[in-house]
Amino acid sequence: MGRDTLTGSRIRERRSIAGIRQAELARQIGISASYLNLIEHNRRRIGGKLLVDIARALGVELSMLTEGAEAALIATLKEAAADAGAGGMAGAGGVAAETDRADEFAGRFPGWAEVLAAGHRRIALLERTVETLSDRLTHDPRLAASLHEVLSTAAAIRSTASILAKTEELEPEWRDRFHRNLNQDSRRLAESSKALVNYLDESDTPEDSRGVPQEEVETFFASHSHHFAGIETGQIQSEAQFEALIRAVPELTSGAARVIARAALEQYAQDAVVMPDQPFQQALDQDGLDPVALARRFGTDLASVFRRVATMPESVLATEVGLVICDASGSILFRKPVTGFALPRFGASCPLWPVFTALGRPMVPIRRTVSQLGRTVARFDCLAVAWPQDTPGFDGDPQYRSVMLILPIPAEKGPDQDVQPVGSTCRVCPRHDCRARREPSILSKEF
Amino acid sequence: MSRKVMLIEDEPNIIEAIRFLLTRDGWEVETHSDGTDAVAVICAAAPDLLILDVMLPGKSGMDILRDLRELKELAALPVLMLTARGQARDRELAEKMGVSRFMTKPFSNTEVLTAVRDLHAQASRP
Repeated sequence: MGRDTLTGSRIRERRSIAGIRQAELARQIGISASYLNLIEHNRRRIGGKLLVDIARALGVELSMLTEGAEAALIATLKEAAADAGAGGMAGAGGVAAETDRADEFAGRFPGWAEVLAAGHRRIALLERTVETLSDRLTHDPRLAASLHEVLSTAAAIRSTASILAKTEELEPEWRDRFHRNLNQDSRRLAESSKALVNYLDESDTPEDSRGVPQEEVETFFASHSHHFAGIETGQIQSEAQFEALIRAVPELTSGAARVIARAALEQYAQDAVVMPDQPFQQALDQDGLDPVALARRFGTDLASVFRRVATMPESVLATEVGLVICDASGSILFRKPVTGFALPRFGASCPLWPVFTALGRPMVPIRRTVSQLGRTVARFDCLAVAWPQDTPGFDGDPQYRSVMLILPIPAEKGPDQDVQPVGSTCRVCPRHDCRARREPSILSKEF
Repeated sequence: MSRKVMLIEDEPNIIEAIRFLLTRDGWEVETHSDGTDAVAVICAAAPDLLILDVMLPGKSGMDILRDLRELKELAALPVLMLTARGQARDRELAEKMGVSRFMTKPFSNTEVLTAVRDLHAQASRP
């Protein structure tokens, strides 16, 4: 029985809700009570003026009788049946759900149908929770880092102990060194195990998986070389089109990643409207990569220009560019890497980066030539500015974000007088006497 | 002729143990601890075999492996990957990227030594 043939059931349901007797309704609309009874039991098709009269008499919209309130319910029932089939649940009694009769089921047993639909929604919610927890176990960078620390230390201990136990004629200096390493590693193992247990004890929120969704989003953007032709041409502009684009991306496995990707794409689209692709490229040709000139030409702010520049193909800019966006806490929200400028995958970055300096002077553009300490001596022109995300109300605190454009300086451009040394993250930074250091480096002083 | 192993690992005591182990087995061992410039360092060292940790500062071992396989001269370099994450999908990802052997921490010295010898022998066969 199709949905259009359930009009009679809906009329009966609405009549009951309105507290009108069948005979009374029949009288009001000028038909016999027995004919209305046949209609209400779906034994007579109904439409046209008679249906309009019934809707008026019952005080409901016509669509409530033709489509009913159960459209969403029926959709959920069909979804539940499809999921049960996909999950192998339909085979329990060897009988699949009669999806072609979902309308009839919802119409005749609305209470049971609602129970089934609510159960399905609950299962979906629990599945998402399981997915989130599983995702966290797999990808939580803090958990992964803790486990990595424990297992790496265990590996060092096992390997060192094995050398000590099995190597015949081990030179005294080697033996002493390995004993020292063993002692050091066993202490580290005790500490890292304790830290891991504390972390598992303290963090019971499945949402606490910082960093991971951002990585998925960055992978997604990188796979498009940070340039989305569909948005540039206006082919992707509606909510549904953004949603379809995001849903089609296998890298965006978590809901959080999809939400972040959506926000990033919407920001991209807004910037592209203010600074359309072709005019922006022409402006780059004329003015060069001069963000202030570009901002004035397009009547926009520097932060938007920085973001827009980072979406331009390398062939247009004739150079690689990197981009880092952080919030007021210093948490990195988005990264576009650039060769030679190390952006840590996990944990906090170097506090000397201009993107963080800009947070201390909101709205004031900051430009620094920096060089990351390490084996490479590449220099970068870093342009940063912190901007308020929205307009705060009176006496409201503005929420700032900071963005930094990273432009490599060609090696042939001669030495700079004023190069600010920065690091990637403290753990791999060799600058031991840095006043901004948070934690010791794993690199020895001789490195 | 000396056989050269490049070890990319950020754990100093693992470096020391593996260096000792392989040096005793007749290998020349070069080490590096940062993922950021690892590909350039490997290119410059031109090793016979690479031992590569997955979780490295700057750039992950997976990314390094992917970059190596795109370089003509290093596309066939035997790579033994060490990781604290032994999950099936990490292994599958590494295999897809062309890893020669995948080993989870904590490993035994014998396992490492055997893997290094096997991989080198396989690569040396005409």
